[in-house]
Formats: sequence, C-alpha cells, structure tokens
Amino acid sequence: MKYYSPRLALSVIFLFPLIWSGWASVQGPDGLTTANYRSIVGFGEGLGTYVTNSLTLSGMTVIGTVLVATLGGYAFARFSFPGKNLLFLAALAILMVPYATILIPLYVLLDYVGLQNSLLGLSLVFVMFQLPFALYMMRNSFEAIPREIEESALVDGAGSLRVLLSVLLPAVRPGLVTVGLFAFLASWNDFFAPLILLSDGASFPLPVAVVSMTQRTFGAIDYGVLQAGVMVMAIPCLILFLVLQRYYVRGFMSGALRG
Amino acid sequence: MTVEPTTAPRPARRRAPAGWAYAAPTALIVLVLFIAPLVLVVFMSLNKWPLLGAAKLNFPANYTKIPGDPLFLDSVLFTLKYTVIITILLSAVALGLALLVQDRRRGVGFFRAAFFLPGAVGFAAAGLVFYGMLNNDFGPFGFLGVNWIGSPNMALTSTIILVLWRFAGFNMLILLTGLQAIPVEVYEAARADGANRWQIFRRITLPLLRPTIALMLILSITGSLLAFDQFFIFTNGGPDNSTVSMVMVVYRNAFFRFDLGGAAALSMVLLVVLVALNAVQMRILRGATTK
Repeated sequence: MKYYSPRLALSVIFLFPLIWSGWASVQGPDGLTTANYRSIVGFGEGLGTYVTNSLTLSGMTVIGTVLVATLGGYAFARFSFPGKNLLFLAALAILMVPYATILIPLYVLLDYVGLQNSLLGLSLVFVMFQLPFALYMMRNSFEAIPREIEESALVDGAGSLRVLLSVLLPAVRPGLVTVGLFAFLASWNDFFAPLILLSDGASFPLPVAVVSMTQRTFGAIDYGVLQAGVMVMAIPCLILFLVLQRYYVRGFMSGALRG
Repeated sequence: MTVEPTTAPRPARRRAPAGWAYAAPTALIVLVLFIAPLVLVVFMSLNKWPLLGAAKLNFPANYTKIPGDPLFLDSVLFTLKYTVIITILLSAVALGLALLVQDRRRGVGFFRAAFFLPGAVGFAAAGLVFYGMLNNDFGPFGFLGVNWIGSPNMALTSTIILVLWRFAGFNMLILLTGLQAIPVEVYEAARADGANRWQIFRRITLPLLRPTIALMLILSITGSLLAFDQFFIFTNGGPDNSTVSMVMVVYRNAFFRFDLGGAAALSMVLLVVLVALNAVQMRILRGATTK
C-alpha cells in the first residue's frame, strides 16, 4: 500500500484532464449526449475535410521521412563519400535552429516554388524537421547490423540496393517503426508550421481548425464541441502510443535526442 | 546497381557514387528546405519586406528598430522568466516521477504510461483541454472561484501547470533511460557499505545521472525559449499582452504587422541566441559526460 497509494494518486492527477475532456465531450444540458460530436461534423469546412487533411499530411510525412532516412541512414552507415560528414552535421544542425527562424523564410520560399498553402509543401517541411532524429536513428540501426550478414550477399553478386531491400530492411524494421511513429505524432499534432504555411481554411489540418474555434470574433465558444474536437485529435495518438509504446521508448533510449 | 566483382574485399562501402545516390534525398532536403531558407532569412532581414509587394534593401533598419520595440523587450523578459520557472519545476517533477517508477514492480508499467500519456497528446489538444477545464463556467473547478487567466500571474501559473502536465512524463522518460543505465551492482555495493537511501541518491544516483540531467535541461531551456503554442492557444498573449513570448512577437510582426523583414531580423536574433546557448550547453554536457 505504501508503494502504491502515492503512485496511484499521481496517476489519477495526470489522467484526470484527459478523462475530464472525454467526459465533457459527451455532456449536454440534459446529461449524456452525442450532440457535440454531431455538431462538430458540420463545423467550418466540415470535420471530414480536416481529418482528411490531417491524414494526408501525416501519411506523406511518414512515407517521406521513412524513405529519406532509410536511404540516408544506409549511406551514412555503410558508404564513404566526399562530403559525408559535412552533410550529416548539416542535417543535425536542423535541431539547433529555432522553428520560427526557418518557417518565416519557408513561407516566402514555398510561395516561390508554388507550394504555398499546400499540404505537400508542409509535409516536406515536416520531413526536414524530422530528419535529424530519423537520420540518426536509422544510421545507428544500420550500424548495429553485423557487416558479415550483407557481405555474403554482396559476394554472391547482389547489388547494394538488393542487399538493402532484401537483407537489411527486415533487420532495421524496429528503427523504421520508431521513425514512422515520431513522424506521425509530430505531423499530426503540430500547430505552428501549418498556422504559418497554410492560409486557406479548406486545407487546415485538425489542430489549426479546432483551435480556430476558440478564436472566433463573434458568437459564443461551445466548450463541449471544443472537447469533442480534442478527442478527435487525441484518440488516434493515445491508441498509437499505447500499442507502439515499446518503439516510442526506443526513440528515447537510442540517444537520438542528443542529436 | 552493377554486379560487384567478387575479388573486392569490402565492395559496397567503398563506392562513392552509390553512397552519394543514397544520400541524395537527404542532401536535397537539407539544401532546399534548410540551407536555402537560412540564407533567405538573412537576406530578408536586410530588407523592407512586406507581406505583399516588392522587397527593398533597408539595412540596418530592421535591426536598429528592435531595441525600440517595447512588446519585444517585454517578451524577452517574460520568456526568460518563464524559462527559468518551468525548467526548475519541470526538472524537479520529472526527477520525482522517474524515481517513483524506476524499479521493476507489478503495475509500474501502468504508472509510467499514466504519467507519460499527456505527452502523447498534441500540445494544441493539451492546451484546449486546459482552455476548457480552467474555464469557470464550463470546467470542474468553477467552485474554487479562481480566475485562472484573469491576471498576468494567474495566466502564467495556469500555463505552467499545463506545461508541467504535458511535459513531465516526457522528461521522466529521458531521466528513466539514464537511471536504468546505472548498474545494479553500484547500488548493491553502496547498500552493503551501509549507505542509507538519501546518501545513495546524493552520492550515487545524482552524480551518475548528471549527463542525462544536462540533456533534459538543454531540451527544456531551448524548448521554453521558443515557447509559442501554449501562450497562443491558452492565454492568447493576455491579459494585456502579459504572456507574449518572443516567438509570438515574431509571428505578430510577420502576419499582423505584415512586416516579414522585421520578423526575419527578430528570428535572426533568436537564432544567434539559441546557437550560442547550444554551444555553451554542449560544452557543459560534454564536461558532464566525461566526468
């Protein structure tokens, strides 16, 4: 009991806000109701639009991050080429630069190349922000594989791409899941980058759309509907985290946060 | 890919063209989306750069007007105050939580998950939970009669509670990786020598945890100096601009005053401060690691 009671009490404190939010999202003036969820479906451009935007954005970010970091990690772990160290350091330097410092010029730059207000442009920006962590993680994953495994395949005449796809990729799968999970959570939840880079309400992802409910200049804020919006955003993350907890913790263990 | 000659001892590693090909996407992303914007932000800061319309060289006006911007100067002081408070509190809470759940026992997985779960939810969602929960007409704490964002001090306090709730588990997890790297034998030896729990914590845990604590401090300090979401969503800078962070001023300059050049100059200041801070912290961290 002496062990469990303080920990249980703290758990209740930490879980309370989420539980309250879930409870508040199904409360109406006359008790339990689905009215808040029915009402959020038609909010703004429609909940479907925002969910689709968020899924598109996160999907492209996850695929892009995994692809770039797998190829890059392979290059940094197994090849030597001129400029290798410089490129790796440049990628890690992304961690050192404030978010705002890079987003202000990106707002102008994406306009130049016709990717202003585009989910593709935004997802490329997310891939860039994920790169230090993802690259570090994948390079370490490849380095952890004994070289003998691929050498026999190479001696048998397989090219380096064949070796990557058929021999190495299965071995770095846990690293890939970790990188993909971090990329999903970051792009699904990010608020600042879409706020700056997207201007059209129809292309907003969930966080910007739901927060905009609180910033309306006229009409009362419906707090119940707002909490329904919170649940729509939070539940996928909570499920993913609980299912993939092991891979999430791996990201911390890897030392990749150190950059 | 061409077939490797079987006589080459370690073929794949040596070939620079293949290495470059695999690194090309990384290089492209780094060049186009990182290096190019960095060059552009320097250039923008030298120009009068309205949100719409042509840019015009006006160096050094964007920089010289910074000291005359009271909102920015206030935001620097406010952000520093926030950073100091949150870093101290967050470290203390995270360390406490990590110590509570460091041993492998029945149910410890549940406690770890419970403490961490707020960190899995996005910061925007977390901010909106508190936005509703601390609204006295709607939330469960109305009976306390506390006006959570009514005064500058209360707004800061409420934001700090929000950030502690959202990030304590995240920092706990960082510390936990450090705690678990301490060999059990070290503790056993200390116990055999008759050390009590406080002595073990003070003389063994804390010193061996130094590199991990240093890492946590770096992440907390840099993260807090760049705080935006919590103030934008939860307090919206209020009341009376008392919770406007530095990044919020950059945002307002760019998109409310339509002055991208000024925003670029401010973000250059942020960049210089952050890089300098990172360099200092990196040295401290390296010192802590080698000790």
